[in-house]
Amino acid sequence: MSDVIEASGLVKRYGEVVALDGLDLRVSEGTVLGLLGPNGAGKTTAVRVLATLLKPDAGTAKVAGHDVRTKPNAVRRSIGLTGQYAAVDEYLTGRENLRMFGGLYHLKPAYVKARTDELLERFDLTAAANRSLRTYSGGMRRRLDLAASLIAKPPILFLDEPTTGLDPRSRLGLWQVIRDLVAEGTTVLLTTQYLDEADQLANEIVVIDKGRVIAKGTADTLKDQIGGDRIEITIADVAKANSAAVALRSVSTGEVSIEDDRLSAPVSGGSTVLVDAIRALDAQDVAVTDLVLRRPTLDDVFLSLTGHAAEEDNSPPPPSRRRGRGQ
Amino acid sequence: MTTGAPEIMKRPIIGWGLHDGLVVARRNLIQTIRVPELLFFSLVQPVIFVLLFAYVFGGAIPIPGDDGASAYREYLMPGIFGQTVAFAAAASTVGLAEDMKRGLIDRFRALPMSSGAVLFGRTVADTLRQVLVLTVLSITGLLVGWRINNGIFNAILAYLLLLLFAYTVAWIGSWIGLKVPNPETASTAGLIWLFPLTFLSNAFVPISSMPGWLQVVAAWNPVSSVVLAARELFGNPTGIPSTAWPMQHAALYTLISCAVLIAIFAPLAIRKYRSTTSR
Repeated sequence: MSDVIEASGLVKRYGEVVALDGLDLRVSEGTVLGLLGPNGAGKTTAVRVLATLLKPDAGTAKVAGHDVRTKPNAVRRSIGLTGQYAAVDEYLTGRENLRMFGGLYHLKPAYVKARTDELLERFDLTAAANRSLRTYSGGMRRRLDLAASLIAKPPILFLDEPTTGLDPRSRLGLWQVIRDLVAEGTTVLLTTQYLDEADQLANEIVVIDKGRVIAKGTADTLKDQIGGDRIEITIADVAKANSAAVALRSVSTGEVSIEDDRLSAPVSGGSTVLVDAIRALDAQDVAVTDLVLRRPTLDDVFLSLTGHAAEEDNSPPPPSRRRGRGQ
Repeated sequence: MTTGAPEIMKRPIIGWGLHDGLVVARRNLIQTIRVPELLFFSLVQPVIFVLLFAYVFGGAIPIPGDDGASAYREYLMPGIFGQTVAFAAAASTVGLAEDMKRGLIDRFRALPMSSGAVLFGRTVADTLRQVLVLTVLSITGLLVGWRINNGIFNAILAYLLLLLFAYTVAWIGSWIGLKVPNPETASTAGLIWLFPLTFLSNAFVPISSMPGWLQVVAAWNPVSSVVLAARELFGNPTGIPSTAWPMQHAALYTLISCAVLIAIFAPLAIRKYRSTTSR
């Protein structure tokens, strides 16, 4: 598989503010790269450079084999861009919007007509096709926005926070659409601040902060970087804490930590360790009210990498509000 | 998927600019139809101006060289036409600022389309809207006593000059729309320059009634020349002719100043469009 998006050493400054500080990115054909970072990390700037909207101050970028600086129109023909807000015309109907974008991609009218019907059907918008977008819900607008990006079947799709502000149901629907597109061979660069979204969709994740890559890998390797699974129990009787600790120690791979009625310990071996733990606890005659095996979330990853949580606004970071890992 | 690979049209000999511009213009004209309230109020304002000037100020503003009863109303109408098409520039300003805020400009810029097309389509649509506005205004004018005295052919030339002027100021308005940070600022910045532009002219009062230095400004103001040219072509009273060159060659000066202004502001606006991103 070849890399259809390759960027190296991208720098973009806005006066004093450095939005991109030597960013490197590679996306293999037919995969989803999740670009993860807090607000102000440079995600949108990176997408805008790759989508030919901004010229980088330094560095090079190729999309679909074309240089974004010297062959912007060749790049534009290969990409679809869906931004943070539904960038579609409010007053036009769904069908008129799709026809307009089809025309601007210079597609033949007959093709645009067939493709429009196909996309409306696929995105469950056929019933609303002839209504002005002012009557559409947020989820419908986002679907139409994505449909407009797909009118010319671009092999590469930039999705800049595509589900921000959507309700959970619309979000799941959009995720399924993205999965289907990838299954058909589309390459996707997805920016998000939702860690579960990257976890769900991305083959590979790049975490950026202050315009630089601070970590990359699959969701699993990133989670492994900060440690494996932990077993967490809550016991019914605090007096039995020591017995519970003895039980956990027999299945754990490290230190058991005790905090009142709650104990946790690092483990390996997946879910079978749960059965062993229950047996050990039973042998020690400890009754538990709660027992879970917890995988680290990307939130944990993020916190350990950047020293602040993902949702926290980071532009500019007020030092007093930053939550350090050790605090 | 039932459709095959994307089928691209053959590239026109003149490039994609015209095709893309018309696609955008069509979109902007559909907007006009979908928001009839906006069109209604954009028509009401000049009609109110006609009535205010004709009945409130009209009696107080004598037209030198013509003291007929309806002289001021005949004098006024081409002035209102000129002012109205100039104010249409504000629509371009606000429209582009809104497209920018909604992220539409970003999206258009990521398409393989001609880079002047969004502005070309916008200015063409905003000019075509003025055809309707001028029609309604002309009917209002006829009702208050304005007349076309010089034949239909000259009248058509007058309307074409007014539309050329509308197209010119639409480019200036577009440039402002891309410069301002948000639609709220656009609605002020898009209007503010139009008041001195249209009032420091012969649109409502004869230039000869102004102080000397202001007469020079007003005589060289393209609004004055397009209004004077329209008065001449409609056969309406012009007041005492100024000796300034633009006032002696009103139609020619209008064509020259429109060409110069487009040559300045179209490249400025397109250059701004090429480097702009929302927020």
